[in-house]
Amino acid sequence: MITPTHYMLLSAALFIIGVIGVMVRRNIIIIFMSIELILNAVNINLVAFSAQLQNNIGQVFAIFVIAVAAAEAAVGLGIILAFYRNKETVNIDEMNLLKW
Amino acid sequence: MYAIAFYTLAAFILGFAVLVVSTKDTVHSVLFLVLDFLFVAALYVLMGAPFLGVIQVLVYAGGIVVLYLFVVMLVNLKRPPEAHQDPHRRTKLGFGLAAAVLLELGVIAGYGMTRPGPALVVPGVVGPMAGNTEQVGWLLYTSYLIPFEIASMLLLVAMIGAIVLAKREL
Repeated sequence: MITPTHYMLLSAALFIIGVIGVMVRRNIIIIFMSIELILNAVNINLVAFSAQLQNNIGQVFAIFVIAVAAAEAAVGLGIILAFYRNKETVNIDEMNLLKW
Repeated sequence: MYAIAFYTLAAFILGFAVLVVSTKDTVHSVLFLVLDFLFVAALYVLMGAPFLGVIQVLVYAGGIVVLYLFVVMLVNLKRPPEAHQDPHRRTKLGFGLAAAVLLELGVIAGYGMTRPGPALVVPGVVGPMAGNTEQVGWLLYTSYLIPFEIASMLLLVAMIGAIVLAKREL
């Protein structure tokens, strides 16, 4: 019997994998992909509750999350390209122009 | 049957997610991301949301990942980003923080298991249509029309922003 708890645990595991990717990797493209994993984990949660409650509003919100993820990917990858043109790197340890 | 499908899909989703995060080659990482999104789409279909599954395949696996692949190909790395070791970087701290989040989620899940709250009774909002796609579309164009339009505006602004950022000079 698969309950919403199973879906929540799957979603939490996927979220944690995404968080580890954001924290540990240095390649900013892989960090962006980890953020996509995190957003997917959120979507799994929304759809699981939508199925449990027999209420399609959760799926509508998941569609909005996908739209925001698409916007985030477009703008973020544009920033990566603009930065790469200036500094020739995608390592976040070397991205410290605004830091000091 | 449902349980077997769920556990198989969950194992594939988590396995490919680990591969996305841990692979050295960025292109391989993007390809694993496509597979991960496809299995998440299958999970949506299993949960009775086929419309969202199709959206996932079209937008994520078809659009966003191609965008990532373009950027990975454009950013021609002469030296891999992981080669530069920053002595100030604390990888162990990253793992520690992730473990703290895991612990927090585990405590919440354990609390929910031992002391389940009252069952939620929410009247389902069902449109005059039958079928998942019709119902989601009905909701999007009636109750959530203004958020829908704002999302379209957001996508337009993001598109213009991406062009402005990526263009050499306007």
